[in-house]
Amino acid sequence: MAIPISYNIRNLRLRTGATLMTALGIALTVTIAIFIMALLAGLRDAFATSGEPTNVLVLRKGSNSELAAGGVAREAMQTLKDLPGIAKNSQGDTLVSGEDILVIVLPRKDGTGETNVTMRFLTPVGLEMRSKVKIVAGRWFTPGQREIVVSKSIHDRFSQTNIGDTMFFGKGNWTVVGVFDSGGSAHESEIWADINQLASDLDRTQYSSVLMKATDPVSAESLKNRVSDDQRLKLNGMLETEYYARQTSTGGPIKMVGLFVAFIMAIGSIFAAMNTMYAAVAYRAREIATLRVIGFSRPSILTSFVLESLLLALLGALVGIVLMLPFNGMTTGTSNPVTFSEAVFRLRMTPLVVSWAIIFAVVMGVLGGLAPAWHASRREILASLRD
Amino acid sequence: MTLTRFVTKNAFRNKRRTALTVSSIALSLLLLTLMMTIWRAFYMDQGSVESSQRLITRHKVSLVFDLPAYYREKIRALPGVKHVVNEQWFGGQYKDQKPENMFAQFGTDPQEFFDVYKDLHIPPDQLQAWQKDRAGCVVDAELAKKHGWQIGDRLFIKGTIFPMNLELNIRGIFTATQPTESIYFNSTYIDEGYPPLKGLVGFYGVLANSAEDVPKVASQIDEQFRNVERPTKTESEHAFQLGWIAMMGNVKAFILSICLAVVFAILLVSANTMAMSIRERTREVALLKTLGFTQGRVLGLFVGEAMAMSILGGVVGTIIAVGVIRAASKAPGLNFFLGGVHVGIPTMLVALLVAAAVGFVSAFLPAYHASRGNIVEGLRHIG
Repeated sequence: MAIPISYNIRNLRLRTGATLMTALGIALTVTIAIFIMALLAGLRDAFATSGEPTNVLVLRKGSNSELAAGGVAREAMQTLKDLPGIAKNSQGDTLVSGEDILVIVLPRKDGTGETNVTMRFLTPVGLEMRSKVKIVAGRWFTPGQREIVVSKSIHDRFSQTNIGDTMFFGKGNWTVVGVFDSGGSAHESEIWADINQLASDLDRTQYSSVLMKATDPVSAESLKNRVSDDQRLKLNGMLETEYYARQTSTGGPIKMVGLFVAFIMAIGSIFAAMNTMYAAVAYRAREIATLRVIGFSRPSILTSFVLESLLLALLGALVGIVLMLPFNGMTTGTSNPVTFSEAVFRLRMTPLVVSWAIIFAVVMGVLGGLAPAWHASRREILASLRD
Repeated sequence: MTLTRFVTKNAFRNKRRTALTVSSIALSLLLLTLMMTIWRAFYMDQGSVESSQRLITRHKVSLVFDLPAYYREKIRALPGVKHVVNEQWFGGQYKDQKPENMFAQFGTDPQEFFDVYKDLHIPPDQLQAWQKDRAGCVVDAELAKKHGWQIGDRLFIKGTIFPMNLELNIRGIFTATQPTESIYFNSTYIDEGYPPLKGLVGFYGVLANSAEDVPKVASQIDEQFRNVERPTKTESEHAFQLGWIAMMGNVKAFILSICLAVVFAILLVSANTMAMSIRERTREVALLKTLGFTQGRVLGLFVGEAMAMSILGGVVGTIIAVGVIRAASKAPGLNFFLGGVHVGIPTMLVALLVAAAVGFVSAFLPAYHASRGNIVEGLRHIG
């Protein structure tokens, strides 16, 4: 017969101090684990929602990043535009956008120094091809003007990015005229401006990449192969979604450091839980013997103590989750090894993250409770009663 | 029986509990020591004497914009400047994209490179061989050891940023006080392989006459190239490296919050253990007091016990940390940031101090209560 769970709950409440301290220790570990997982989930999310399955990105052969020097020659554009399977907009323009990427340095608003920010130069057709991106303040840039629009995250995180602010590069000052929202995609880390103005400012004769919209995902696949197979072009086509999926490696350092810290802290918490449970077992030696005398079996004593440790851990998990709640949705950034600039993303406590945190706590509770519970169930009844 | 012996005896009375507590504290202090070491390496180390004399001049807007090659002579003409050398990051790929095959390749001027980077040492005959071979390169000794390279070997580097590949002959192996994870080759190779880059330079390494000249030289350079098409930004080598760390995100806040969580966690573990063991000994405390031990002495005994345990944990933790840092500074992917980093004596002392403080704080309250307890009540206590 199983020992009722209310027995464990009452025991935990009896030793409030020890229970709270152990649970808080577990909570701290859970908090760190959630923090790391939420960071990674946010990053993954930013790249997973980036790109559209019908978009094909064209880069120079051998290059894996839009930032690489030497891209797509302007003359190749016509060849690309004539390929079959490309969608047209309502005005009958082919949806092919020659684009360029620059990296500029901007100071962070919170005073933690300067960092690289990606600037994308494109045409109004390029804007049209990103259907998820919406303007939220001001207006889009006017072609032929030194005007730029910044993403909402960039606007929130960096100084010099309010509407009306200017930044100098190329041959003059570029004015911020609008703020856009990309719905959490990788464009959230970008500043956009007109490509033709840039080309004349910096004498750029090439695009660093070309984005093409296919009529449907199937033609996107064949479009991609056509570009890569064309010997004259020396270009490489890939689905836009594939390109961004590769950049999830951005979270590498966070993942490595975070997992290491969480792992070490988890072992520490398991030891602490063991300590508390051993003390509980020692303290209740006579009680356990009495339970055995009444007729509770060894397995049910074992289960009962493991359960108690589990309850302790779950309490810790709950506190940990509550402690992390205020950070949910916080915007932060890290450097993207593909573009060498800041990838902005939000902390996301997804249901998956929360479930992993609970599993993590359960594992700590079970591992911490198993040995003491085993000892409790093995005790000699007579010796314990005489103690 | 002396007091110290009494404390140690008591500390190891419940061996299992002591072992668990000490290991738990040791793990936390391991993390604390690691974080403090990283912090020190990133933000407090000023680098070698030579490094503090060096500056990096780059395009003001971003490192991806190039600077004209003629800036070099203009910078050289400034007072306080001893040597200037051009550098271009090639960003190529050796073998494959695996992290263990990643290292930096820079195009530079073999005639002046080692004058600016005086802390890199190369035998004179190897330097001459490099200067004579336009397709030659010099490699870091650690890197050469890792990949098994020898002088005369050929390296094939695939260009990913520039549309060209490099086929280099290893002409020299240089040693550095800190692993650089880099190879250097003649920048004319890029100029000829990718003509759009001819006459352009990625950034300049500048050696000032002395460390005191560094701020002056920096402002002079930037002043000279302020109202031109390609303005510059010059900073000390240390500040330049900090910029890379800042790009990873808010590293300072990340490290600080982990440190705080860890310290709080050890405090909880230690306090819990002490509270448990003191409570079990209520009757003993009463007995000690009957024997004539004063309140202060009883308090001292418990606090001493807690401090002994946490300091032991601290010692174990820092020893493991030394090993972990040693392993991490050689691990692929981490060595770029942690190369040459070691746990310093001050860091260890701080860790031990934290351990001692945690021991003190955690034991004080329960011990204080125990020492003030009523003797008769205590003797009657059944634990």
